[in-house]
Amino acid sequence: MEVRGLVKHFPIRGGLFQRQVAAVQAVDDVSFTVRRGETLGIVGESGCGKSTTARLLIRLIEPDAGEVLIDDRQVGSKTGLSLKALRRDMQMVFQDSYSSLNPRLPILDTITYGPIVHGMPKSRAREKALDLLRKVGLDPDTYALRYPHEMSGGQRQRVNIARALALDPRIVILDEAVSALDKSVQAQVLNLLMELRRELSLTYLFISHDLEVVQFISDRVLVMYLGKVVELGPVAALYQAPQHPYTKALLSAMPEMDVDRRKQEPPLTGDPPTPINPPSGCRFHPRCPFAEPVCARVEPLLTRLAGSPDHVSACHMAIAGSGHSAAPETQNSSTSRIAEPPKESARP
Amino acid sequence: MTAYVIRRFLYAIPIALGVAVIIFSLVHIAPGDPLSALVPADAPSSVVERLRRDYGMDRPVPAQFVLWLGRTLSGDLGVSIATGRPVAGELTRAVANTLLLAVCASLIGFPLGILLGGVAGYFNGRAIDRIATATAITGVSVPHYWLGMLLVIVFSVELNLLPAMGMGPGGSSAWAWDWTHLRHLVLPAVTLSVIPMGIVTRTVRATVAEIMNEDFVEALRAKGMRESQVVRHVAKNAAPTALAVIGLQLGYLLGGSILVEVVFAWPGTGFMLNTAIIRRDLPLLQGTILVLSMFFVLVNLLVDILQTMLDPRMQRA
Amino acid sequence: MAEPTGATALGTPADDTASRRTSPRGYWTNVAKRLRRDKLTLFFALLLALVFLSAIFAPWLAPADPYATSMLKRLTPIGTPGYPLGADELGRDMLTRLLYGGRLSLLMGILPVVNATVAGCILGLIAGFFGGRVNMAIMRAMDVFYAFPSVLLAIAIAGALGAGVVNTIVSLTVVFIPPITRITESVTTRIRKQDFVEAARATGAGNLSLIRVHVLGNVLAPVLIYASSLVSISIILAAGLSFLGLGATPPEPEWGLMLNTLRDAIFVSPWVAVVPGVMIFITSMSFNMLSDGLRHAMDVRM
Repeated sequence: MEVRGLVKHFPIRGGLFQRQVAAVQAVDDVSFTVRRGETLGIVGESGCGKSTTARLLIRLIEPDAGEVLIDDRQVGSKTGLSLKALRRDMQMVFQDSYSSLNPRLPILDTITYGPIVHGMPKSRAREKALDLLRKVGLDPDTYALRYPHEMSGGQRQRVNIARALALDPRIVILDEAVSALDKSVQAQVLNLLMELRRELSLTYLFISHDLEVVQFISDRVLVMYLGKVVELGPVAALYQAPQHPYTKALLSAMPEMDVDRRKQEPPLTGDPPTPINPPSGCRFHPRCPFAEPVCARVEPLLTRLAGSPDHVSACHMAIAGSGHSAAPETQNSSTSRIAEPPKESARP
Repeated sequence: MTAYVIRRFLYAIPIALGVAVIIFSLVHIAPGDPLSALVPADAPSSVVERLRRDYGMDRPVPAQFVLWLGRTLSGDLGVSIATGRPVAGELTRAVANTLLLAVCASLIGFPLGILLGGVAGYFNGRAIDRIATATAITGVSVPHYWLGMLLVIVFSVELNLLPAMGMGPGGSSAWAWDWTHLRHLVLPAVTLSVIPMGIVTRTVRATVAEIMNEDFVEALRAKGMRESQVVRHVAKNAAPTALAVIGLQLGYLLGGSILVEVVFAWPGTGFMLNTAIIRRDLPLLQGTILVLSMFFVLVNLLVDILQTMLDPRMQRA
Repeated sequence: MAEPTGATALGTPADDTASRRTSPRGYWTNVAKRLRRDKLTLFFALLLALVFLSAIFAPWLAPADPYATSMLKRLTPIGTPGYPLGADELGRDMLTRLLYGGRLSLLMGILPVVNATVAGCILGLIAGFFGGRVNMAIMRAMDVFYAFPSVLLAIAIAGALGAGVVNTIVSLTVVFIPPITRITESVTTRIRKQDFVEAARATGAGNLSLIRVHVLGNVLAPVLIYASSLVSISIILAAGLSFLGLGATPPEPEWGLMLNTLRDAIFVSPWVAVVPGVMIFITSMSFNMLSDGLRHAMDVRM
């Protein structure tokens, strides 16, 4: 799947006539690629746009600009993938296990709903649902006719996973899917997810603010800040040697069990800004310990890092000739931006 | 804040306009020729023709509406079929009488309702609560016109303590604040106050009970605050909802007084409405309803603004 | 597959006591169970059933002809042999008139609420589900009707249309549509924002299917409770309209109309005059208690 230049701004209304006075720039020119069969973790603080991005991908919200391609077919265009076909390819598991389930329906009906909508005959849908329940570790005889309020959080989340799998999607987006669960239950569900991925050849987009969980389950990790992608790379590389200052700060904020590696000072300074009026240039520059004047003037674009073609970072320190004192002289591999910016670049 | 007030005010205008449209169309949904609803049956044809032109009956309906609106805004509410006198004149006295009744009913019903509801909510679940709730439910279930009749039977017919009807010697133009007149006010006011009291009790009780359950009340007590102060805090939180309900009930009192006024022959707007209905006097009906609903819109507007002033959270940005 | 895939080193899915039951508890089974334990509500339900049955079976239960007048027997007091509840101002047997009167009173009270619920539900669902301009258009229109106190609106419409049972029903239906629309819209909007609706939408379902399967079931409960609480008001209003001469017309037996015609009799035979009001009171109160009890049993937050 390829994402290009997704933009979504939410209007804020105010004043006497409720005119639009400002906009929350929730997602601003986000681009990345997801490879078949991998798990891409998406991390960031609350409000950075991860959930909005997820909803844009699955078209629960319409983007203001940008495109999504699956297998080189564009979603929503006449020649590409229709919305209905998209639904069969991509599904989502939500954070709140309880509100994700219709309290009036037995969970079997919740799971069969999707297939029936797409034309599957009822008996076959039921069989499939029962089979899925078994796959996610819930005994069909005990649970099939239960109501959501008769189940625990972990069990409900398994139902949500089963529901997402009912349409045989290839891509599953997990939006903070385990964040609301107890740690022990989290581990079980994560293991389940990994087994399912192997068994059904799925591709995951795993959104979370919990860095440890993301490290456990992801192959590559994407870091978002204030509506923009700031770093993207293989999980090991990103966690061992983070390039973007924000990623560095996030990782150092992880509670450390090893006493020797604990830090005393908080890594991030300043207040988190609002996405309504984001800072100019690099959005992270007000809080960045390495910020220089160029960071406030020019917005850094995602650039491949020297030596690791798979690892990109949106920081002037990684861009040759950007004007930052720590920038390299030249780029070993060809400098290339990941996506064409929709607007004029201000780079010198 | 001022922006909100202005916006709320501006918002009331299309509502008022909508109300006017509905009232205007009353004449048109009445069976028969709209004009026949507006003039007495035995009027000479010349008068009928003149009125037809004046009201613009030969023009399309929207034009008629504009004409009617213009006349109304300038104070001309039409002429009553039954009495032949302008509606506006009849109404002023009637409105004053109804206001008198409504205010008295408010003074009885609202404080009682707040007190009863507050006590019931505070002692949530205990005996007092159940008694108060039972009283409230009875209050809203009882047909007030029937209650009026009951009170008349008990106090006038059997006990001969209070008068059964009217506004006192001399009628409405001779009102004075003395017992001979006030005794006529007692029964109607009490009767009218019952339903609002019931509703206020129920709402206040629910609100107070909900607030008492909230964590911050426990926190206050844990801080060592005296119970009376806790009560004051609870009251402050309950105030906006209570105010909202009272505002609504004020509207009810204005509009719903008709049934009570009929039972007690109290010469207010309600009584006038009744006369208009019996005599099929549509101009009178229209005019009275128009005035009453405009009052209601105004009261709602004021209550909304007051409520926002008390509770900034309620301001819709 | 020998083992459920969920079993890991940490053990099978955490089981709490909830999973030990094998039979699923339906939502309505729970409600019925709670209702059965609520003695007070049951009592009023019984009372209401009695009122209904006596109205339906009036021709078999009533001792006399509801239209038979007798100038001699005017205003016979309660308890006179042959006239257990007395006779009205035209000599007709009160008990008979009360039994027959129930038919019209109940009809004029319940039918408007039923109609308004259907209409208001549809409007509210559309407004709540589609949001945006549609919502604004519908709700603003309702706001205009809200600018009238209900009694006034009822009288205005009924007054313009004229007396009669049908006119009263029409008028009251119009009066009750805005509140039902309002609450339906509010609940629908709340439900629409829930994750499970989003999830259902993510499966690619169409709007109609979404509404039918996911929204409607969750919306109906609070709306029906609210509607049931409106019935008690409706009964009082309908009888009130008759009291003013706008509802049922003489010589039809109807509780409100009877109160009206008996009004002058309170000076002569007071207790006969109040009997119809007792029926209105009992019916209204029973509906009120029933609706309250239903709300407790369904444990619904609005």
